[in-house]
Amino acid sequence: MKRNVLLIAILLIIACALPFVVSNYRTFQLTLVMVYATALLGLNILTGYNGQISLGHGAFYALGAYCAAILMDQAGAPYWATVPVAAAVCLVAGFLFGLPALRLEGLYLALATFALGVAMPQLLKYDHLAKWTGGVQGIVIAKPEAPFGLPLNADQWLYFFTLAITVAMFVLAWNLLRGRIGRALVAIRDQHIAAEAMGIDSALYKSAAFGVSAMYTGVAGALSAIAIQYVAPDSFNIFVSIVFLVGIVVGGLASISGALYGALFIQFVPNLADEISKAAPWAIFGVFMIGFVYLMPTGVAGAIRLLLAKRRSSP
Amino acid sequence: MDVVLHQVLAGLATGGIYASLALALVMIYQATHLVNFAQGEIAMFTTYIAWSLVNAGVPYWPAFGITVAVAFALGILIERVVIRPVENAPVLAVVVVFIALLVILNSVAGWIYTYTIKSFPSPFPKEPLFGIRYMSPHELGAIGVTLLVLAALYAFFRFTPLGLAMRAAAQNPQSSRLVGIRVGWMLALGWGLAAAVGAVAGMMVAPIVYLDPNMMGGILLYAFAAALVGGIDSPMGAVIGGFAVGVLENLLGAFVIGNELKLTVALALIIGVLLVRPSGFFGKVHVTRV
Amino acid sequence: MKAKLATLAAMAALAASPAHGQKKYDPGASDSEIKVGNTNPYSGPASAYGTIGKTIAAYFKMVNEQGGINGRKVNFITYDDGYSPPKTVEMARKLVEQDQVLFLFQTLGTPPNTAIHKYMNMRKVPQMHVATGATKWDDPKNFPWTMGWQPNYQTEAKIYAQYIMKEKPNAKIGVLYQNDDYGKDYLKGLKDGLGAKAKSMIVAEVSYEVADPTVDSQIVQLQASGADVFFNVTTPKFAAQAIRKAYDIGWKPMHFLNNVSTSVATVLTPAGLEKSVGLISTAYIKDPTDKQWANDAAIEKWRVFMKKYYPDGSLTDNSNVYGYTVAITLHQVLRQCGDNLTRENVMKQAASMKDFPIDTLLPGVTIRTGGGDFAPIESVQLMRFDGKQWERFGKVLVSGG
Repeated sequence: MKRNVLLIAILLIIACALPFVVSNYRTFQLTLVMVYATALLGLNILTGYNGQISLGHGAFYALGAYCAAILMDQAGAPYWATVPVAAAVCLVAGFLFGLPALRLEGLYLALATFALGVAMPQLLKYDHLAKWTGGVQGIVIAKPEAPFGLPLNADQWLYFFTLAITVAMFVLAWNLLRGRIGRALVAIRDQHIAAEAMGIDSALYKSAAFGVSAMYTGVAGALSAIAIQYVAPDSFNIFVSIVFLVGIVVGGLASISGALYGALFIQFVPNLADEISKAAPWAIFGVFMIGFVYLMPTGVAGAIRLLLAKRRSSP
Repeated sequence: MDVVLHQVLAGLATGGIYASLALALVMIYQATHLVNFAQGEIAMFTTYIAWSLVNAGVPYWPAFGITVAVAFALGILIERVVIRPVENAPVLAVVVVFIALLVILNSVAGWIYTYTIKSFPSPFPKEPLFGIRYMSPHELGAIGVTLLVLAALYAFFRFTPLGLAMRAAAQNPQSSRLVGIRVGWMLALGWGLAAAVGAVAGMMVAPIVYLDPNMMGGILLYAFAAALVGGIDSPMGAVIGGFAVGVLENLLGAFVIGNELKLTVALALIIGVLLVRPSGFFGKVHVTRV
Repeated sequence: MKAKLATLAAMAALAASPAHGQKKYDPGASDSEIKVGNTNPYSGPASAYGTIGKTIAAYFKMVNEQGGINGRKVNFITYDDGYSPPKTVEMARKLVEQDQVLFLFQTLGTPPNTAIHKYMNMRKVPQMHVATGATKWDDPKNFPWTMGWQPNYQTEAKIYAQYIMKEKPNAKIGVLYQNDDYGKDYLKGLKDGLGAKAKSMIVAEVSYEVADPTVDSQIVQLQASGADVFFNVTTPKFAAQAIRKAYDIGWKPMHFLNNVSTSVATVLTPAGLEKSVGLISTAYIKDPTDKQWANDAAIEKWRVFMKKYYPDGSLTDNSNVYGYTVAITLHQVLRQCGDNLTRENVMKQAASMKDFPIDTLLPGVTIRTGGGDFAPIESVQLMRFDGKQWERFGKVLVSGG
C-alpha cells in the first residue's frame, strides 16, 4: 500500500515537471494521453468492471466535445466551465441509454452500441441541428491562455488543467471502485443472477455504471475539444469507439492503471505503425489486439501485476 | 402512388443486398451463437479474390465456383486458427477478436488492391427484364440467387443429418459431444459455410455498389438490423428482414424524415427490436435456465 | 590612379553580379535540403486519396535524382491522418514543431485543413496548395499563409448555373449531393449562381452519406420531383451508380456532373459509356483515360514517370495526374525562390505565378496568382461526353476570383 502511494507520488512529480523539460509538441501529445486515459477509464468502468460491452463510446466522447464547443462558441462560456456541463450532460445521457441497455446482454449490447457509434457522425451532421453544431463545417474554438499572467505558455497551461481534472477523475474512480460499489459491479459482471439474489439492485447499478462511464468519456471529449480547438463530425466516427476498445484491452480490463497504459498505447503506437508501414496501420493495430487477447488477456496492467507478484513471492 | 411503388421496388433491390449479407450473419449465428462483426469484411475480401480471378482471365462461373470454395476454406481456417483460442473466453475477448479481424481484413484488402473502385462483372443480362425499369436485371437476379441460397440453407439444416448435427452442436455442445458429434468441426464447418454464403453475397452486391475495401462497411449495419428484425437464428427471417429494412429505409428517407437520418433509422430499428422482440419476427425465443 | 580604377572595377563587378551570396533560410531549409511536410489519408474512409501523397513523393524522388532544386534535395515528409481532424492537428504540429519543415504542402481534405487553419497562420508557416476545392482558402487578407490550388467548387457550380440560365431558363433543377462540406459547397455555389431564381428553379435537394450502399432511392426521388436538370455532386463510386440508375429508370435530364468524378475509366466505364452520353462537366486537367489524350506527349511523359517512380500507382486513376501536376507547381515555386528560402518568400513566390504552364493541364489553363489572388487555377472549360471522350466546348472560362 505504502509502495503504491510512493509510486503515485513520484509519477505525479514527474508529470508536473515534464512540460518544462520537453517540447510544446510533446506536451500537447501528453495532454492527449491524459484525455484518452480519462476516456478509457470511463469505458473500463462499464466494460471492464461491469461487463457491459460498449462499441459506441465514441458517441459520448463526441457528445462531451460538442457540449464544450457549442458552449464556448455560442454561449461564450469560458473553457473551464464547459467541463462540468459536459460531465452532467453525458451522465444523464449515459444513464438514459443504460436503461434500455439493461435488457441487452453481451453480444446484443455490443451490437446496439456499435450501431450508436456508426450513426453518431450522421446525427452530428444533421441539417436541422446545424445552427448549433456547425453541421459539416464543425466548430473552431479559441485556445485558452494561462490565467493570472502565470509564466506558462498555452500548451503548458492546458497540460496542467487537463492533469488536474484527470487526477481528480482517477481519484474519484478509485474511491468508487475499491469499495462496495466496485465489488457490486464486478459481482454483477461475473454472476449476475447470484448478485441479484444477494440483494444487489442490478438494474440501478448497471444504469448508473453506464451513466458514470459516459460521464468520464464525455469529460475526456470536452478536454479533447479544448486541446484540439476544433470539432467536426469526421472526428467522431466508429473508429474512435474501436480505438477505445483496443485501449482497454491492451491496457488491462478492470484496472485503473490499465487506462493509463492503454492511453499511451493508442496515442503512440499508430505513429510507430506509420513508420513501419504507411499502407496498413490498422492491420498492425488489429494484430496487436489479437496478440493481447491471446497472450496477455489481462493487458499490460495484468502483466505488470503478475510480474510484481512473482518478484514478491520469490525469495 | 407510382412514386411510392418506385421507392418500394428500389427498396426491394437494396433490401436484396442486405438480405444476402444477413444470411451469412444468421449462418454464423446458427452455427456458433456468435454475432460476427467481421462478416462483411470476410465477404468483401473473398469478392476481391473473385475479382483477381476474373481479371486474370477466368470466366465468370468458374471464378464464382472457385471463390466459393476458397471462401469455405478460409472460413474454416479462420475458425481453427483465430477463433479456436478464444472459444471459451469471455464474450468481450470474442468481440475484440472479431473487431480485430474486421480492421485487419479491411487494411490488407486496401493494401493489396488499393482503394480505387473496381467494376465487378454481372452474370445476368443487361436489358431490362419484363419491362421493369426500377430494378435492373442484376438486382432481380441477385434476389433470385439469395432466395436459392436461402432454400439450400433451409434444406440443409432441416433435412440433412449434418445440418442437424450443426444445430445441435451450437445449441448444446456438451450433450452433442455425448452423442458423438465432433463439435469442434461443426463450428469450423459453420464458419466455412458462412464465409461461402458471404462470398456469394459479396459477388452479388459488388456489381451494384462497385468493389472497394469499404464496400461492406455501410451495408453491415443494415444487415444486422435485417437479421435482428427477422430473427438472428432464422435464415428466412433474415431475408424477409432484409427486404423489410430496405423498403422501410427508402420510404422513410423519401417521404418522412429525409435522407439524412437513415443510419439513425437503422440504429432505432436495432435497439427497438432488441428491446421489444429480441428474437425477431421469425426467430425462436430463448429461455435461459438459472 | 590604377588602384582607384581597380577598386571602381571591382565595385562595378560586385554590383553587376546577382545577389547569389545572399542565402536566407527559415527552419526546414538549408544548403542541402528543403523539408516539405504533408498529411494525407493513407488509412480510413478516404484512403482512396492517399495515392496523391504517394504520387507527390514519387515526383520529388525523381527531382532529387535529377539533381534537386537549385542544388538542394527535397525531403518530402508525409504522415497519415486518416482524414481525422484531431490527427491532422497532431501531425501538423509534429511536422512544424518537431520535424521543423519549411512549410506544409497539399494537406488533404476540408475538415483536416480547417482544423489547422488558425494554427498555421498563427505560426506563420505556409499551408500551401491545400488539396480541397473549398472556397475559403482564397482569403489572403485574413489568412495570408494559406493557399488553395484547384478550381474551387463554388466557382464550378456558378459556371453550371450560368449555363442553365442561358440554355434552359425555365429549368427545374434536382440536386444530389454528398452530405459533407464538399457537397454543400457545390450546392451553395449553384444557389449563388442562380441568384434570386434559385428558390424557384431548384425543385429537389437530395443528400446521401458516404456510408450509404447505393443512391438508387435518391435518384428515384429526383425523378419523381419532375426535375429536368440534374446537378450530380457525388464522388466516383456514387457518381457511377447515379449515372447508371438515371439511365435505367428512363430519366433523361440535362445532367451536370461535378468535376471530381469525371474519370472515364473510374466512373463512366463502370456506369456504362452509353449511359453517360450527354453528361456535362468542366475540366482543368487531362484525364489519362480519355481517348483524346491517349497519345498526348504530356500524358506519355507522366506514364513514363509513373512506371519508373510509382509502379504500384494506377495509370487509370486521375488522382495521380493531379498529384503530379500540383507537384510540378511546387517545383516551380521553389525554383523561383532561388536561395531565398524563407517562409515569407515561399508564399510570395507562390502568390506571384505569372501564367505558368504545365503540360498536363488543359490547353489554355495555367497557374496564375498575383495581386491578392490566392487561387492558382481558376480557368476551366465546359465539356460534354459523347460516348467515347469528353469534348470540350466554349471558351476557357476564367473566373474573377
